[in-house]
Amino acid sequence: MNKLLNAFEDRSEKLLSIYFSAGYPELDDTGKIMMALQAGGADMIEVGIPFSDPVADGPTIQNSNKIALDNGITLKKILAQVAEVQKKIRIPVILMGYLNPIYQYGMEKFCLYCQKAGVSGLIIPDLPVQEYKNEYESLFQKHHLANIFLITPQTSEARIREIDRLSNSFIYMVSSASTTGARKGLSTDQIDYFKRVGGMNLKSPLMIGFGISDHQSFTLATKYADGAIIGSAFINVLKNSDNLEENIVAYVRSVKGN
Amino acid sequence: MIDQNTDYNVAPNGFYGHFGGSYIPEMLYPNVEELRQNYMEILSDKSFQDSFYKLLKDYVGRPTPLYLAERLSERIGAKIYLKREDLSHTGAHKINNTIGQILLARRLGKTRIIAETGAGQHGVATATVCALMGMECTVYMGSLDISRQRPNVERMKILGAEVRAAESGNKTLKDATNEAMRHWINNPVDTHYIIGSVVGPHPYPDMVARFQSVISEEMKWQLMESEDRDYPDTIVACLGGGSNAAGAFYHYFDDARVKLITVEASGKGVDSGYSAATTALGKPGILHGSKTLLMQTDDGQVVEPYSISAGLDYPGIGPLHAHLHESGRASFHNVTDNEAMQACITLSRLEGIIPAIESAHALAILEKLEFSKEEVVVVNLSGRGDKDLETIINWGGY
Ligand SMILES: Cc1ncc(COP(=O)(O)O)c(C=O)c1O
Repeated sequence: MNKLLNAFEDRSEKLLSIYFSAGYPELDDTGKIMMALQAGGADMIEVGIPFSDPVADGPTIQNSNKIALDNGITLKKILAQVAEVQKKIRIPVILMGYLNPIYQYGMEKFCLYCQKAGVSGLIIPDLPVQEYKNEYESLFQKHHLANIFLITPQTSEARIREIDRLSNSFIYMVSSASTTGARKGLSTDQIDYFKRVGGMNLKSPLMIGFGISDHQSFTLATKYADGAIIGSAFINVLKNSDNLEENIVAYVRSVKGN
Repeated sequence: MIDQNTDYNVAPNGFYGHFGGSYIPEMLYPNVEELRQNYMEILSDKSFQDSFYKLLKDYVGRPTPLYLAERLSERIGAKIYLKREDLSHTGAHKINNTIGQILLARRLGKTRIIAETGAGQHGVATATVCALMGMECTVYMGSLDISRQRPNVERMKILGAEVRAAESGNKTLKDATNEAMRHWINNPVDTHYIIGSVVGPHPYPDMVARFQSVISEEMKWQLMESEDRDYPDTIVACLGGGSNAAGAFYHYFDDARVKLITVEASGKGVDSGYSAATTALGKPGILHGSKTLLMQTDDGQVVEPYSISAGLDYPGIGPLHAHLHESGRASFHNVTDNEAMQACITLSRLEGIIPAIESAHALAILEKLEFSKEEVVVVNLSGRGDKDLETIINWGGY
């Protein structure tokens, strides 16, 4: 968690967080991809825990989930893969996945092994705020794991404030009412929403995700937030890659404009 | 519909015992919360109830008969009544729920409707009420189900609905539900999602159970007329997501005199790897917005179910049923494809009624359980077999 807090210390620098599905394109690529992301200059890594029924995801991530599962990825393997590279990874690592695989693994055991693997935060889109508050908040804190909540253009102001209070790291600002997926451009409605939330004086930093794909959309989104998150567009880089390391480094540099 | 409060009603926190809740991504929260805050008030409203019951009577054709099946009774050695949901407009109990939900969607000011469907019965029932109310309708259906329930696909199209194929997973009901949820995430403001069974995030299971509770509401006075008492000894219903079972049980949850029996689809056999017998094979888990019993791997990946019956081909059950299972209030059985198909032919020959293959699962258990001669058994005949002709023809055996 400390790594995650430190990341936002200098709030003039815009952060790039990159999501990919663990176990994709090949089962054992997870560590390699994390290393290349760091080498390219990514500021955070979101390691996706594949699930058979990813209802909040569009076709790109559905597909990478499926291939990763066919490759034989499991939550247990993901934790081992992340633990294996943790000494070499300086930037914060977040695990992101649907609740059921975590629930089967056991929430307590999961949090313990996340901590051991150097994980700083968790994004569990279908874990209800109320249930987090009642059942898991102290467990997460015990293992120094930040729970990262999502907000959308439809989230009410009162709820955003509650989420802000419960957050101990950044808030994941979903850019539009949509499933994940790479799209072109950001609309004026979206910009208005970024401005509205940005003007709320929240204590938590904001990271914008969904639909960010390149330098242009990254630059535009981060005018209104502390950083941005790329998922599907990066999965497409992996999908078309003939040299993971080189292609990842080049892609991350191109997004950040270095 | 609103005045019963039983130990098996949902608690204010959205749970039935350990099961239920609302496990949804934030993108769906405003929609589901809007429903949660409004549904009981709308259902309690006199003019809403008047519209609901009037449509059930004049449009759906309710009450559906409670028919004493004498030749079947003789064969089984019990007094078997069939609750004839198959005679409802569109051929199954599913329309009770879609009538209720479309009226509710209108009150919420929604203009577009989406739905998932397995057997196509819920899709047809949704397309029907959308035609009735002049609302735009999109139905997601697994592409395997599209091919095995073709007449229903065409019915939906005739009724003006758009049918979209779900191509992920086994291309059945679970995958159609995923696609419908994704559609809702992408269209949160003007769209209502009519879920077809007692599944999904709270308040759906409770809301759908209330709309289906008309089944047991009628059973009470119908039994009074024919048996001089308002309860049976046993109620039998097939269990996919669990809406017809919930409706048939609803008014008897607290009546310990009434045995509740559900029948799941074990496909080619519980341990064959081709089964949808959730309570036999499942563990607690989270799918489609609720915590329930779920067929899954040790790693928490949902296992693809299988049943010859598209309406039962789902890896979970509603959280209410997970609770009935855990508490022991209902007993859970399963029958294979073959047993169901034989029961389908048996009913056709003995009573001149071709049941839906889903409903045939409920009938098949009669052959396997012991009854006493005077026992009053109500089988919820949830639907008719017209939609299944192709499956029955391919199966042969008649
Ligand atoms: C005739 C019929 N019976 C039963 C079912 C199963 O659903 P449920 O368990 O919700 O009643 C279906 C679903 O399509 C159906 O069409």
